[in-house]
Amino acid sequence: MNILVMGCNRIGAMVVRELVQEGHQVTVMDNTEENLRRIPPTLGARTLLADGTSEDDLRRAGIQGADAFFAIGAGDARNAFAAQKVRFLFQVPKVVCLIYDPIRQQMFRDLGVDAISPSKMISSMLLETLRK
Amino acid sequence: MYIIIVGCGKVGYHLLKALITAGHEVLAIEQDPPRHARIVEELGSVAISGDGSEAALLAEAGANRADVLVAVTGHDEDNLVACQVAKHRFNVKKTIALVNDPSNEKLFKSLGVDVVVSHTNIILAHVEGELTEQPLIHLMPVPRSNLRLVDIHVPPDAEVVGKPLHELVLPPNSLISLVVNRKGQPRIPKPGQLIEPNDEVIAITPPEADEELIAIFTRVGR
Repeated sequence: MNILVMGCNRIGAMVVRELVQEGHQVTVMDNTEENLRRIPPTLGARTLLADGTSEDDLRRAGIQGADAFFAIGAGDARNAFAAQKVRFLFQVPKVVCLIYDPIRQQMFRDLGVDAISPSKMISSMLLETLRK
Repeated sequence: MYIIIVGCGKVGYHLLKALITAGHEVLAIEQDPPRHARIVEELGSVAISGDGSEAALLAEAGANRADVLVAVTGHDEDNLVACQVAKHRFNVKKTIALVNDPSNEKLFKSLGVDVVVSHTNIILAHVEGELTEQPLIHLMPVPRSNLRLVDIHVPPDAEVVGKPLHELVLPPNSLISLVVNRKGQPRIPKPGQLIEPNDEVIAITPPEADEELIAIFTRVGR
């Protein structure tokens, strides 16, 4: 599959690495050079210094041919904005975003946006360790 | 009326002052602590500090009883999310957002922001108004619809000159709402009224009909 990832922090870099290893064509975009350095050139993923909330940059990154778009940067608002923009402008079959704030995550889910809350998941995992 | 302003930069600051003067209950949310401190020092406790797109902070701001939320930060993503949270979590009746990037105007509307303001598009409309070769000028969007008010100038050599209004076949959902003649006199359109050279036709139309309207009113006759 052709997958476009916005955000190359620790989560993003890990997702990119695993997707490439599974044999997918991956482009990762981030607006800081420093974050993109997490992807070694030998990995075979395409890196792009670009803004995932900008329509022009999304096109440049190849959003039109993408099978999936992951908006998984560090900011909730940017992730939500990018995901909704892609859903509105382009025909991408799968669009997922990270929303750290659990209240907003639920709200976006109710609005039909596929949103995952890392804070909710991690806190429940931590609590789970106590119960074992 | 209770109004929450998200983002207290230049636009937010002057809005805050104007609304206070008008006697409204207003609260501004500003993310930058020094700027927040300056506002409180000058205007009193009319501002809180933090991220105005966060549900927790909006709850603290009393969003559940707000009549209007205005999001005017320099970041479109924050403006959009603040309006969405206000609307969907707190049932704020009216949300107003500034779009810094004019291409986001349609997206905001489709996602339910009640009023979307693009300063670039407003200025552009004024600039276009000065340019005589611009056949169609966007005057304003019609709230709660996909329609907008436009002005079309009828050139003296247009094919349409001399034709009665009722004979024109307009695109779907388009309507002539007013005709201003070259002397600047406004007229409510009536059947049988003839199009004159240099008329300004004020019409309500969906964005996709722009080209067709331009063709109808400006195509040069033989």
